[in-house]
Amino acid sequence: MDWETWGLAAVGGLMIGAAAASLLALTGKTAGISGILDGVVRGEKFEFTWKLAFVLGLIAGGVALVFVLPGNIATQGLRSLPVMALAGLLVGFGTRMGGGCTSGHGVCGIGRLNVRSIVGTVTFIAAGAITVVVARLIGGA
Amino acid sequence: MGKPLIGFLCGLLFAFGLGLAQMTEPSRVIGFLDFFGHWDPTLMFVMGGAIAFYMPVWYVLRGRKAPIGGKIIPKKLAGHVDTRLIAGASIFGIGWGTAGVCPGPGIVLLGRGNVDFIVFVGCMIAGMLLYALVGKPKASPQVRAAAQS
Repeated sequence: MDWETWGLAAVGGLMIGAAAASLLALTGKTAGISGILDGVVRGEKFEFTWKLAFVLGLIAGGVALVFVLPGNIATQGLRSLPVMALAGLLVGFGTRMGGGCTSGHGVCGIGRLNVRSIVGTVTFIAAGAITVVVARLIGGA
Repeated sequence: MGKPLIGFLCGLLFAFGLGLAQMTEPSRVIGFLDFFGHWDPTLMFVMGGAIAFYMPVWYVLRGRKAPIGGKIIPKKLAGHVDTRLIAGASIFGIGWGTAGVCPGPGIVLLGRGNVDFIVFVGCMIAGMLLYALVGKPKASPQVRAAAQS
């Protein structure tokens, strides 16, 4: 039982919800991070500026966290560099093919009672859970 | 307040939320996905908190005009499920379960300046561009109309 961590996690979740809800309420846009980053790297015509600003806000938040909550932000990845690279490739390709990630499907989509997002979220959690089991069998960890 | 400023502030708040919730610790994410081992429910509290805030706001405002840009706040979507969704979410889940990092925390972790996360995000962007290049369906007018609704 780790109620302090879970309580702070719920507060952090509320902050994430507040950020996504503010974006929705003020601009009508969905805070799906894979879609936002995709728009930036493909140099989307009309939505580019706010999407770039959102990504810069995330990075600025990360820099601030290093100073404010250094124990909460990992110093290095859990896997070797080639495995991190492969995982990144799968996350990038998969989130675009599936049209969303943990934020777009998992928070905004479910928050809007979208069946597609509920199915997507259940699918990527299930695939992730199977991967953790397989990784343990392969790695012996 | 223009859209870019709102975007920046929302990104900043989003990052603080992820950090406070320890979603910038890949071991917490792997722990959540480890249903058959020592399960860590932290991510469930994060998602629950986020949805608990987002859902009522959306429900009250849906169908109204957003004050900035005048876009209609989306109503409930048609939400069709197809093989692309299942395949894409599965591929994403495999990568997510491997590194314990999804797009949001990945970008926030760039703030750490560690090469592991820089490589992860670089390859994530490559994956997105690869999908745009080879994976995207040639949308028929019907599909395009459905996507815009």
